[in-house]
Amino acid sequence: MGHLGLIIEREYLNKVTNKSFILATFLTPLIIVGFSLLIGYLTSVNNDAVKNISVVDQTGYFTNSLTNSDDLIFHFINDFDLEEAKLISKTKSDYGLLFIPYYDDLNQIADSIMFISEDAPSISIISRIEGKIERLLTNRNFEKVGLDLDKINKSKININLYQESFEGEETTKMDGIIKLVFGMILGMLLYIFIFAYGSMIMMSVIEEKTSRIVEIMISSVKPFQLMMGKILGTSLAGLTQFLVWTILIVMFSYLMTAIFGIETSTQNSELLLSSSGNMSMNTEALDMISAFIDLPLTNIFVAFLIYFIGGYLLYASLFAAIGAAVDNQTDAQQFVMPITIILVLALYVGIFTVPEDPNGTVAIIFSYIPFTSPVVMLMRIPNGVPIYEQIISIIILYLTFTLCIWVAAKIYRVGILMYGKKPSYKELIKWLKY
Amino acid sequence: MENLLVVDSVSKTFANHKALNNISISIPKESIFGLLGPNGAGKTTLIRIINQITLPDSGNVFLDNESLKPLHIKDIGYLPEERGLYPKMKVGEQALYLAQLKGMKKSDAKKQLKYWFEKFDIGEWWGKKVVELSKGMAQKVQFIVTVLHRPKLLIFDEPFSGFDPINANLIKDEILNLRNEGATVIFSTHRMESVEELCDYIALINKSNKILDGKLDEIKKQYQTNTFEVGLVTNRKSEIEKEIKNNFHTSKPTFKGLGDNLRLNILLKETQTSDELLSFLVKKAKIQHFKEVIPSANDIFIKSVKEN
Repeated sequence: MGHLGLIIEREYLNKVTNKSFILATFLTPLIIVGFSLLIGYLTSVNNDAVKNISVVDQTGYFTNSLTNSDDLIFHFINDFDLEEAKLISKTKSDYGLLFIPYYDDLNQIADSIMFISEDAPSISIISRIEGKIERLLTNRNFEKVGLDLDKINKSKININLYQESFEGEETTKMDGIIKLVFGMILGMLLYIFIFAYGSMIMMSVIEEKTSRIVEIMISSVKPFQLMMGKILGTSLAGLTQFLVWTILIVMFSYLMTAIFGIETSTQNSELLLSSSGNMSMNTEALDMISAFIDLPLTNIFVAFLIYFIGGYLLYASLFAAIGAAVDNQTDAQQFVMPITIILVLALYVGIFTVPEDPNGTVAIIFSYIPFTSPVVMLMRIPNGVPIYEQIISIIILYLTFTLCIWVAAKIYRVGILMYGKKPSYKELIKWLKY
Repeated sequence: MENLLVVDSVSKTFANHKALNNISISIPKESIFGLLGPNGAGKTTLIRIINQITLPDSGNVFLDNESLKPLHIKDIGYLPEERGLYPKMKVGEQALYLAQLKGMKKSDAKKQLKYWFEKFDIGEWWGKKVVELSKGMAQKVQFIVTVLHRPKLLIFDEPFSGFDPINANLIKDEILNLRNEGATVIFSTHRMESVEELCDYIALINKSNKILDGKLDEIKKQYQTNTFEVGLVTNRKSEIEKEIKNNFHTSKPTFKGLGDNLRLNILLKETQTSDELLSFLVKKAKIQHFKEVIPSANDIFIKSVKEN
């Protein structure tokens, strides 16, 4: 239909040539990259700084055994008492002062060790120090009760469970994380898209009403065409924006890294993630890649397309109907509210219930309800969902979508010519009969 | 004369009020048809039905003897009362867009627009955004967009609102021009003086019902009261007044005189003619003013709405 094409073209061009839209398109990635760069930079500054810690070890147990690491250096000033040590530590502007008093009982020592610092110390540093001291004291305790330390160390056993699915595929801990993250990204993407561009559609309908062009328009085209043109044109503009964002973010990240040699926080967090495990970095990275490949990728891709289109259009038609029913943004709030609640609920179920039990009752029910299924199902699919469940859910989604478009078109048709009053839900139902 | 548009017993009910009750009107080709009625009478609903914006509950509308269908959209040009343009779009682009939606080819639309923009002397607005235009300026653009695709049927709802007298005249002349070139015009307004000037036919709708329709001068004849305005110059004022009152039915004068000192409205009985009145008056005094009272569209409007 030529008219629909024209409307889509106008809506699209109108959006993408809008100054604030262009600004948002180019500034957002800059801001994102800039911020992650800043965070990355600050983290690295934080990590790189060597932390000097003065230690008063009255027990003498630690003086030679508390070992320095790259960023943690212990200076022993055992001859001073607490007050003097505090003064010294302060004038040297140390990271902090570790005070270990002497008692006969090891447990009493453990209870009375102090860490004194100017500012609140970082949790990770404290726990590292605690770990070191704990190990040393424990060993001393072993010796005290007459256990052979060598034998103990030798008799320790490390466990790393080999995981396999019933189909015989190897699974790892990484699988779970990847599934969770991947599902979450897909669900979030849909959620953001619905809100950002759904409300854009609503605003554009309201604008058409307030500028009173709508009657001129619908004397030339069917309200349904106008509505669909608006939805599709805005969505295309949205996709364009998303595409530009992706390209720019990737480009900026590499550019920034190349110029400043600083890793942005995203790259940093990957490193942190991989270095925190027990395994060496290489196997970890390999695991990640293989976990990714092990995902039901074709299924995810196809489902993503179907759910994204269905879910987005379902909500977009609702937003268009709301825009048609009201005169201004303030009035729109009472109708946007239920949509927000449902979407947040979907996200909540997706983030908290799905990782816990991807095939539990709650997750399954919410992946059938059409208003939550796009988000919840997208988060479930990386964990593997039977195809028949997906098909039933998709059928329900698209049936509801058809119904919703029909209802929205009815409301749109009547609403765009109504001015001056905020309709109630009761009136909206009446409009369906016009 | 052949009819371009026939509305046949159209009714429309909204949730709890009847907007149109069994309305039938016929609009002859190449005429200007005044669709009149008080606020809320149902005019806009009827116009929207003709534009296929709303569907009637019952009844039919025929354009050129064909039942109304989506294809007819390009044959109709509609200037609604509630009209506007996209504020952030450029005037030229917008006019092109609206013309294309009416089925014009882009190149044709461009050519036609150039012609109209020059005619209305607004060529320099092409690249301006609508927000930069005044209300009257935007109205001009809307008028052009309405008539650009040379539709058979033009529907104007209060076309003169927002125009100064000079531009209103410009638009009025264009409407007459378009009629002369073969278009049929439906004209909805509350301004009775423009009805008087423009309309060949009228229909009056009140409270969802049609209460009057037909050729404007025939309707006027129906509402003729055989009343004459008479202004005389005489120095025997009271004497002559008495004589007239003995022979004719008189009422208070409804006109302002100029130099006459006896002013009366005289109502003729069916047996009396204007010639008789004149020859009677000639003998009595100098006649300064003699004019039949023709009911104005305004009088007819008010009278028939009140009677209804």
